[in-house]
Amino acid sequence: MGVIHVTDRAGQRHTLEAIEGWRVMEIIRDWGLPIEGLCGGACECATCHVFVDEAWLDKLYPPTEEEEDQLDTVVTKPTSRLSCQIIWTPELDGLEVTLAPTGA
Amino acid sequence: MTDHIETDVVIIGAGPVGLFAVFELGLLDIKCHLIDILPKVGGQCAELYPEKPIYDIPGFPMVTGQGLVDNLMAQIEPFHPTFHFNEMVESLESIGTPEAPRFRVKTSENDTTFECKAVVIAAGGGSFQPKKPPIDNIEAYEGTGVFYAVRKMEMFRGKKVLIVGGGDSALDWTVNLQPIAKRLTLLHRRDAFRAAPHTVEKMRSLVAAGDMDLHLGQVSTLVGDPPILKGAVVRKDDGSEFTVDCDVMLPFFGLTMKLGPIADWGLNLHENLIPVDTEKFETNVPGIFAIGDINTYPGKLKLILSGFHEGALAAQKIHRYVYPEKKLLFQYTTSSTSLQKKLGVAA
Repeated sequence: MGVIHVTDRAGQRHTLEAIEGWRVMEIIRDWGLPIEGLCGGACECATCHVFVDEAWLDKLYPPTEEEEDQLDTVVTKPTSRLSCQIIWTPELDGLEVTLAPTGA
Repeated sequence: MTDHIETDVVIIGAGPVGLFAVFELGLLDIKCHLIDILPKVGGQCAELYPEKPIYDIPGFPMVTGQGLVDNLMAQIEPFHPTFHFNEMVESLESIGTPEAPRFRVKTSENDTTFECKAVVIAAGGGSFQPKKPPIDNIEAYEGTGVFYAVRKMEMFRGKKVLIVGGGDSALDWTVNLQPIAKRLTLLHRRDAFRAAPHTVEKMRSLVAAGDMDLHLGQVSTLVGDPPILKGAVVRKDDGSEFTVDCDVMLPFFGLTMKLGPIADWGLNLHENLIPVDTEKFETNVPGIFAIGDINTYPGKLKLILSGFHEGALAAQKIHRYVYPEKKLLFQYTTSSTSLQKKLGVAA
């Protein structure tokens, strides 16, 4: 067991219990925070876009070409990732992410 | 030009669940028109993941999104549904009674009016619309300085045009608008493009010849007194910023889904979903049904197979609205000659 910390779009930080093998998108959605995840985790929509705290970036598997293609469809920062492409493992205990803004 | 169409049922959304509803309704001799905002059938399956394998469709160990849609189209072919693409349902008005419902449905683009006895909302996550980038105040420039689609190329003649994105739309419009724009700039977050290789090559040669500009970065703010756009401030990965002068900006960030006008039809909504009962999948308005991802009820699972089941049950109730005098006999396609005739397979 472990946790992830998620800062919502209003700037409030939430600590969520994480489950091994779940996508970070799924953990965030399961706790009821506003993350869309329209395509259901298929890396096809970029509505689960998050900014990963810099300290954690290197601990993640780098984005696949498929994920990069989807990141092309949102306004990114160098710390942008799709949270459906981050599978939670105990090594990611304490992972810190911020929900990216959504367009109108 | 206003088209007026009289039919039994209007289905809003031509995704897998809307398509299968045509089959279930067709077996009951109920005629359908389908309306979709996309230019093609298939909804999310065709738009978001045509190549992705799906493993939980009963009877298909594996089928791709597009494969499923193609099979559904073959399955409903005997019922000759009519499709209306590139149209969004703007209004849904009740003109009947709860006992004998009747509806008037109006769409946006071609000003088509439908009159029908039942409406099936199979709209999934809503209607596909261009993704709007989260840039402060972008709405203030929409229609004057910011466009999400090109309707008439002539609008951009002699303009300083900024195109943002790295996919096919961004690249196609880059090479198409470059000859008529005063100056064209393409902005993308990285130096890799997921567009047709020959279009990317064309763009690269235009850049090499000095006939257009390519920048890497992200738009952070827009410049100019709204609604007049003067430029866009671009932030590079290293945090530095520069301004691109432009009269118009065209962001091409793909599509997303929005509930849209459904919210204005007098239906009960729960977190952008339409509550239905689990016997008939009817909404709070008699005669309006909701099936597939757009509905909600205790225990709802957003699976394509659930949507198929929901369509079959909704069809039973719709039969009563369309043929109030007829008794509905439950039959199997394996044994019923009458159903087999409808499917065009009777011996």
